[in-house]
Amino acid sequence: MTPPIASLASVEVDYARGRALGPVDLALPPGEIVALVGPSGCGKSTALRLLAGLEAPTRGTVTRAAGRGETSVVFQSPTLAPWLSARDNVALPLALAGVAKKDAMPAADQALRKVGLGAALGARPAQLSGGMAMRASLARALVTRPRLLLLDEPFAALDEITRRALADDVLALAAELSPAVVFVTHNVEEAVYMAGRVVVMSPGPGRIVGEVTIDGPVARPPGFRATEAFRAAAEAVSALLAQATERAA
Amino acid sequence: MKRVLPPLILIAVLLGGWEIACRALAVPPYLLPAPSAIATAFVGAWPLLLASAWTTLSTALVALVISSLIACALALAVSLNSQLEDAVRPIAVTLQVTPLVAIAPLVTIWAGIDHPSRAVTGLAAVVAFFPIFSGALTGLKAADPDLARLFDLYGATPWQRLVRLRLPSAVPALLEGHKVATGLAVIGAVVAEFVAGSGGTQGLAWRILEAYNRLQTAKVFAAVLTLAILGVALHALMELAERRLLRAWRGR
Repeated sequence: MTPPIASLASVEVDYARGRALGPVDLALPPGEIVALVGPSGCGKSTALRLLAGLEAPTRGTVTRAAGRGETSVVFQSPTLAPWLSARDNVALPLALAGVAKKDAMPAADQALRKVGLGAALGARPAQLSGGMAMRASLARALVTRPRLLLLDEPFAALDEITRRALADDVLALAAELSPAVVFVTHNVEEAVYMAGRVVVMSPGPGRIVGEVTIDGPVARPPGFRATEAFRAAAEAVSALLAQATERAA
Repeated sequence: MKRVLPPLILIAVLLGGWEIACRALAVPPYLLPAPSAIATAFVGAWPLLLASAWTTLSTALVALVISSLIACALALAVSLNSQLEDAVRPIAVTLQVTPLVAIAPLVTIWAGIDHPSRAVTGLAAVVAFFPIFSGALTGLKAADPDLARLFDLYGATPWQRLVRLRLPSAVPALLEGHKVATGLAVIGAVVAEFVAGSGGTQGLAWRILEAYNRLQTAKVFAAVLTLAILGVALHALMELAERRLLRAWRGR
């Protein structure tokens, strides 16, 4: 078995008001897409920040085979710099890593074309719609060709049609680059659609209450949402989630 | 047009009422001159008022530049070191809450009795300092925390963080601070001129003092009117500049 790209082993996180997370165990093999779902306060985002190396655990071990430059994060808001054009925003991770402008710019343009923003290379974030800004954010995350891609409720602020289109884009890009992906969401259907494995968490403190595995190709075939496998998985996740929410109450 | 008309009508009505009241009640002109008398004084003293307005304006602008340089440099230094901020902030706040009039005599003494214009510029700079300092400091800390996390993730150096994140993030608050400071610098220049009060600086405040001492109330009004026009024009200009620059900053 190939070693995981990143893993949490008996990880616990304490904040001033008490324990926020743990103990939690989670391993991410390369190329796997894992969705983290759970009610608010279940520590999904904390788990994500641990995997990103943006936060250290109070106890336990975080192992990361993907180094700093090999991890990308997409947040709930596009988090683009308003003073930079789309291409400068996407080129930012490369620029920070010291890549020369003449190499960074073509790479940024290519990444933007891949997410369908080839016509908006010079546009500022304020000129982009919510969905387009999110795509630019995705392009920025992919421009470094990460081995670990972390998505923190990236579509939460978007309308249903845009989020479905973006979900397919993410899956297509994931199939191409095959990074390990962790995807935090509130939305059960989105989790089942996106992930090969849905991990359900419960709050107080955040723990994993169970997981559901979904078979099928990473890039979902058309009509996947109507299949029996999809519905069964969604049912199973919902049942776990109900259990988690009950524990919270 | 719809937004311009109501205030114009109100102003016309108020001026008309004022004129009629002055004439009907035969108010002595030293007490309250009629608008027509003020207009005559304004037109008659126009070249002098314009020259005085330029003196006040240039004083305020020079003060603004000096203040901006010092305030921005200090805000930058302070933003890089939180201990320095803790040390500087109470002093800056104290300076801000102390009335300008109270420190004016000191500044006048330090500038040298022979250089009243330096004292006036210095005092205007003191008033302009705080909004710029505070705006710059707020701006330097205004970076989107998620964007800052991305800089962490990509292993940005402190220099990259400053140049590529904090300085550009500071732009809106910095512009706002300068806009407020511009208005305050004019007020500061006028107040300082009042306190210096020697005629060594012939700005608009001096025109007011001079006319007041001679009980030429219409001329006082004319100078006040010039000051008000100057203030409105400057405010409108800064407003426009801020909007333009903000549009350039965020590309729309």
